[in-house]
Amino acid sequence: MPTSAFALQHIRYTPDNTLILDDVSIDVSPGQWVGILGPNGAGKSTLLRIMAGVLPASAGVVLFAGKALEQWSGRERARQVAFLPQRTDLSFPFQVREVVALGRSPYLERWQSEGVEDEEIIEQAMQLTEISQLADRNVLTLSAGEFQRVMLARVLAQKPAFLLLDEPTTNLDMRHQFAVVDVLTSCVQHGTTVVSVLHDLNLAASACASVVLLQAGRVHAAGTPRAVLTVDAIRAVYDVDIALGENPETGALQIIPLRAARSSS
Amino acid sequence: MSSSTQSLPLSHASAAVWKKSWLIPLFGLVLFASIAVATALGTVAIPLSTTTRLLAQGLLQLPVEGDERALATIVYLLRLPRVLAAALVGASLALAGTMMQGLFRNPLADAGLIGVSSGGALGGALAISSGFAVGSSFLLPCATFAGALLSAFGVYLFAARQGRTSLTNLLLVGIAVNAIWGSLTTLILSLAKDYEISRQIFFWLMGGLDGRGWAHVQMVFPFAAIGFLPAFFLSRDLNILLLGEETALSLGLNVEYAKRILLVFASLLAGAAVAIAGTISFVGLVIPHMMRLILGPNHRLLLPGAALGGAAFLVWCDLFARMVIPSVELQLGVITAVVGAPLFLHLLLRQDKAQRNPA
Repeated sequence: MPTSAFALQHIRYTPDNTLILDDVSIDVSPGQWVGILGPNGAGKSTLLRIMAGVLPASAGVVLFAGKALEQWSGRERARQVAFLPQRTDLSFPFQVREVVALGRSPYLERWQSEGVEDEEIIEQAMQLTEISQLADRNVLTLSAGEFQRVMLARVLAQKPAFLLLDEPTTNLDMRHQFAVVDVLTSCVQHGTTVVSVLHDLNLAASACASVVLLQAGRVHAAGTPRAVLTVDAIRAVYDVDIALGENPETGALQIIPLRAARSSS
Repeated sequence: MSSSTQSLPLSHASAAVWKKSWLIPLFGLVLFASIAVATALGTVAIPLSTTTRLLAQGLLQLPVEGDERALATIVYLLRLPRVLAAALVGASLALAGTMMQGLFRNPLADAGLIGVSSGGALGGALAISSGFAVGSSFLLPCATFAGALLSAFGVYLFAARQGRTSLTNLLLVGIAVNAIWGSLTTLILSLAKDYEISRQIFFWLMGGLDGRGWAHVQMVFPFAAIGFLPAFFLSRDLNILLLGEETALSLGLNVEYAKRILLVFASLLAGAAVAIAGTISFVGLVIPHMMRLILGPNHRLLLPGAALGGAAFLVWCDLFARMVIPSVELQLGVITAVVGAPLFLHLLLRQDKAQRNPA
């Protein structure tokens, strides 16, 4: 479905006259993994929340499948677009499976319980995120990494065409980082579009088809990782000197941080 | 490993809920038994078999034999309405507490603690002193509902920041709101020139079910009945809200709408309870907490469980209040506080610790 894509046009977000996003325009083509990169405070999470429709932009338009995002009904949109925020505070002792099952709510009527098909999707989401053995556990007793995987399973159970993820690999150990990247890569291969805020530039370079580099609320550069993640761009945006290399095993672009850049350079 | 369990016909995600759903009819039975026992016991103890027979005769409007008339009057006109009032108040308070805890995403929200009940009490006191409530018996619950609603929206506006309510904010706003409404209510009491009216307000405000009869039950029944509807319609919305407002929005929930509906229904229930029994604290705290331990946090079971459990709890509290010291009525609010205050402190300390050492 080539038309089912996001187009952000001249997005501004200026709460209380603070400039968070300034004239951001991005096109997201379907069926790829797009990384949103940038230092702290660049506006990455805000951009993702505006795309998810949970935060209204101060100005500009978000087109989703050719139609302004706010014209979608909440439930219609939720079947297409799933959003995983950076943090979820849950202070009630739900079972893991119950939380994952909430991902099915855009498909269920008020009085309806999950059907056989929903159950299969829920089980599948838990298997993909390797939490099947935790299904009956109280979520409040999980480690941060386990909880992160439960939340990821919740958005996978939503079966969206677009997955918007705010730092999906934070809190995960190396093994589970790889597992999550593999799951998302296979989602992309099956036609899902993934847009994720990432801190790990090497992960972005190896997994993302294109990246958007934000600086102080503006798009510094957008394109393929090789085109965007240059020594100059990273010095300009992150204030860090790097060396570029190539992963000897995978051939992916590799960013090797060297030192904080001197402000004069 | 899990593929073998997939062939089970029982759906998985709701398995946890279904496994425990048999408890709901059990709670219903417990409530009926409690009502029968509480109607049988009193200054004049009437055998349970006689009580149930007289209740059935009263409900079916069958004639009662001459020497049992006195007992029938006690059972049907004095005790049963009071016991039913207790059940109605308990169910309303527990349900209102459950809904507000989901709305505030905080297990310490209770209509009494955060000032919703005292708002209702102020509304009621105003209605009685101004003579507004004289017109019709529906006007008192209307006034308590209006007061509770105003208070609930006020607390929500002041205490919630981006949909999340910190413990400190919630309790501080509750203290402030309780103090303001309390002093205004005292002002109304002191300004009431007519001794009879101030006595009436005072008696009502003290909180309790002494002297409550069929008129009181009929007066608030429609309000409570409407208030019970969300228990069947809003359980998934409440579950989703617990994930946070942004996640709830991203799951397609109309968050602002859901929050307003919840505030209105919770106020309706709290207002109905206040109209019968004045302010009674801690029921909306104790019962949802106990029910979460037994049934889990899923509102599908939690809401009906809280309604039934709250009803049974207050029936027993009221029975205790009138039975524990012969010929002396204890304050119903005192009994609920004795049970509820230690639990409140326990939850407070636990939540405080959790906020200091986030996992």
